[in-house]
Amino acid sequence: MMRALGAVLRRDLALALRSGGGAGLGVAFYLIFVTLAPLGIGPDPAALARVAPGLVWLGALLAALLTLERIFQPDVEDGTLDHLALAPAPLEATVFVKAFAHWLTTGAPFLLVAPLAGLLLRLPAEATPTLVLSMLAGGPALSFIGSIGAALTAGLKRGGLLTSLLVLPLYVPTLIFGALAVEAAVLGTDPWPMLAIGAAISLGSMALAPVAAAAALRLNLS
Amino acid sequence: MEGAERSALIEVEALEIRRAGRRVVSGASLRLGAGEAAILRGPNGVGKSTLLRALAGLCPIAGGVARIGGHDLRETPAAAQAALAYAGHLDSLKLPETPLEALRFHADLLGGDRARIPEALRAFHLDSLAEAPARHLSAGQRRRLGLARLLLTDRPVWLLDEPTTALDAASTAALVEAMKGHLARGGAILAATHLDLGLSGARSFELTPGPSGSPEAAEAESW
Repeated sequence: MMRALGAVLRRDLALALRSGGGAGLGVAFYLIFVTLAPLGIGPDPAALARVAPGLVWLGALLAALLTLERIFQPDVEDGTLDHLALAPAPLEATVFVKAFAHWLTTGAPFLLVAPLAGLLLRLPAEATPTLVLSMLAGGPALSFIGSIGAALTAGLKRGGLLTSLLVLPLYVPTLIFGALAVEAAVLGTDPWPMLAIGAAISLGSMALAPVAAAAALRLNLS
Repeated sequence: MEGAERSALIEVEALEIRRAGRRVVSGASLRLGAGEAAILRGPNGVGKSTLLRALAGLCPIAGGVARIGGHDLRETPAAAQAALAYAGHLDSLKLPETPLEALRFHADLLGGDRARIPEALRAFHLDSLAEAPARHLSAGQRRRLGLARLLLTDRPVWLLDEPTTALDAASTAALVEAMKGHLARGGAILAATHLDLGLSGARSFELTPGPSGSPEAAEAESW
């Protein structure tokens, strides 16, 4: 079973990193988003700093959303899903591995570019460590909660918009507590409660989302 | 494959499959033992693919009994699925991958043996293409790669859905050779195809549309 799951992880990582894979796209979108935001809001550092905690997280949300369809849709289209279902590993475990691979290739790179994003949005430097921590704590929820929506729409062509409608409402707690943690760091108050709640949402989604996503994928099989 | 002599590898009794409330297959019965093959025939849309997917545990069974390798598909689906290899319409191919990488993935995923990859590539005349990106493969070559996967595992039951699609005569001969080898090793094969594969001793299993528009299954006695 571990051999099968290892094979799924290796293949998803390799495909994401190759040309046409999703790994670089999410980060590139994220950087463009935070570059455009000051152009729309204006260069006033005070105004930017006030909305920065929300914007750094909103950008991450949208970037994750854009890459969600790459988790399952290619496997449904080329028939790989049949073989994933026939593998000796439970489909729930396979879904967990695929959502984790999505986080590794789109969520984890946010940790590296978040300091740059903070800089572009005039986020005070002392809030940067908290920003990175909040993405580490809350980021996995974006991939795991997103995997439910991705699984539900995997059988649809151009299901991207529907995925957004399904997933964005579920992202609300992650967005709120992620932004609150960064804001707490900006205001000099204790960000740890917000970080802990963000991490709790991630852990909860890691436990529950694979079950829901696997059930949705089974509907796609038949 | 122990106990294969006594119990049938594929055992289907009064199988009923529904899709969205509509009866797609009803009353299908079939029994295949070690070394036996059956060709599933019938007009387009009669439910051949659905029957094969149901026997692979990929779509739910509404009624009747289906056992693969002696394991009930509804009660112990994991054990039944571990006894079967399925080759559907799609070849499960990622375009950036090479055939070698694809077969390595499938050997790991399905608990097969990586050491058999060169042999599987040779059996379907793919050895010279092993390192070429899959996006450069033709439809027939992709199909051969999808079929080469069957040779990586020791699963006794093969379920093949139109395996000859896009294959030329030489490749079809390679497939028949692989099927004969599988039967000789004590496996069983259920294949949906319109071609005469020339498998000696293969039974023919006819799916016909029923009077109510739903297909009824009847086994033709053509041994």
